[in-house]
Amino acid sequence: MSEHIVAAYDQELGSLGRNIAEMGGIAEQMLSDAMDALVSMDTDLARAVVARDSSLDALQRQVEEFAILTIARRQPMAVDLREIVAAIRVSGDLERVGDLAKNIAKRTLKLGVEARIPRAAVGLKHMGDLALLQLKNVLDAYASRDIERAKEVWMRDAELDALEDSVFRDLLTFMMEDPRNISFCTHLLFCSKNIERTGDHATNIAETVYYLVTGDNLPMERPKGPNSIMTTGK
Amino acid sequence: MTDMLVMPKPTSATAVATPAPHKVAKLEVKNLDFFYGSTKALKNINLRLASNTVTAFIGPSGCGKSTLLRVLNRMYDLYPGQRAEGEVLVDGANILDPRIDLNLLRARIGMVFQKPTPFPMTIYENIAFGIKLYENLPKSELDGRVEQALRGSALWAEVKDKLDASGLSLSGGQQQRLCIARTMAIQPEVILFDEPCSALDPISTAKVEELIDELKAKYTIAIVTHNMQQAARVSEFTAFMYLGELVEFGDTTRIFTAPEKRQTQDYITGRFG
Repeated sequence: MSEHIVAAYDQELGSLGRNIAEMGGIAEQMLSDAMDALVSMDTDLARAVVARDSSLDALQRQVEEFAILTIARRQPMAVDLREIVAAIRVSGDLERVGDLAKNIAKRTLKLGVEARIPRAAVGLKHMGDLALLQLKNVLDAYASRDIERAKEVWMRDAELDALEDSVFRDLLTFMMEDPRNISFCTHLLFCSKNIERTGDHATNIAETVYYLVTGDNLPMERPKGPNSIMTTGK
Repeated sequence: MTDMLVMPKPTSATAVATPAPHKVAKLEVKNLDFFYGSTKALKNINLRLASNTVTAFIGPSGCGKSTLLRVLNRMYDLYPGQRAEGEVLVDGANILDPRIDLNLLRARIGMVFQKPTPFPMTIYENIAFGIKLYENLPKSELDGRVEQALRGSALWAEVKDKLDASGLSLSGGQQQRLCIARTMAIQPEVILFDEPCSALDPISTAKVEELIDELKAKYTIAIVTHNMQQAARVSEFTAFMYLGELVEFGDTTRIFTAPEKRQTQDYITGRFG
């Protein structure tokens, strides 16, 4: 892409891009730490995740304000307009990923005192790994404007949905085995839902990347996992 | 309209790319070349202006968009050494035909210029003058037509108590709306706007844009503008021209959000081409 005649315009768009990259880094780290904290019941790490969320919120506000200012100042057209709309959307998704990671960390703090069956967290670990991979891939796709990679992320979300189904069944089994597991497993159920939601945000970003590059939207319906019992509200 | 032509031609069935296949083409440009002396200013232009729509022409200075507009009502005929080749069909009849009556043509295809050009006469006479050239109306009917034109151009409320004041006493924005009223008074079918707002403040610009939006119910409109946002606001279709060629022609929403051609994108986003 050639440069703008007004050099400051390029600097403004570059600055938006850098903010998004920084947000992506923080969101990834928060999710990764939240999962580590959950699996190893590390309450210190969980507290650090909770504390970090405010920096992500502040960055998102910064992106929004800057995007609005750029729209007012430059009246962007075509790819520039899509770039700015994409920055607003992606920053919103990343901010939500941060919230979800924070929520996992908060539940970890509650679970810390009553951690019961470590194997219950194994399925969640798998989900977390996949969600992180999805997030990493979609952020790379955003940074490199790679629609093929974005589409892969978009298609792969069904895997995460399927994993969530399996975690749901496992947790149900643990709860039926011993009612004392119910409180613990319910927290884990919410955690699995949170992880699944981060996957949805990754697919949202994939859709945004596709729009940013092509100006078109991906189809409304994306493939779902087979026999999903968790598809309501997705 | 056939009475203005010596030999009306049937609409050709030749396919020309058009962004509005469902709309009737009011005006069709086919294989148009234009020359200022030996300089070729328009190169093989093909496009259609759909009825009751606004089509915007954008492009850098010297790209040929104003030249194209001047061909559409044969304004260039006033200058020796300028000539057009190809066809411009209005309702299927070629207006480049030398036997065409230019006065009637310009009554059908009105033009509003960049700089407001009121005649040095009263507001009333500015409007009535054009009507009287083409029609012989009793005073009461003429009054009605003047009022109708001034209402149509959203100027009536501001001038109804001073119709005898000079057209030149109005503000720039009012003068431009007076010129639009003058154009409308002779009931054209197509109105060509050549950068109608470039000399106006934002409020007057908004009024003219609002007017253009209303006018398209009755007329087919072409507008040349350097203001990208204006083109995006007022038009349904946009043509991007560069170095005398039509580079891209399509739905305005598409052109300004995701144009197909690199040159279009570079121009509308303000990049070095």
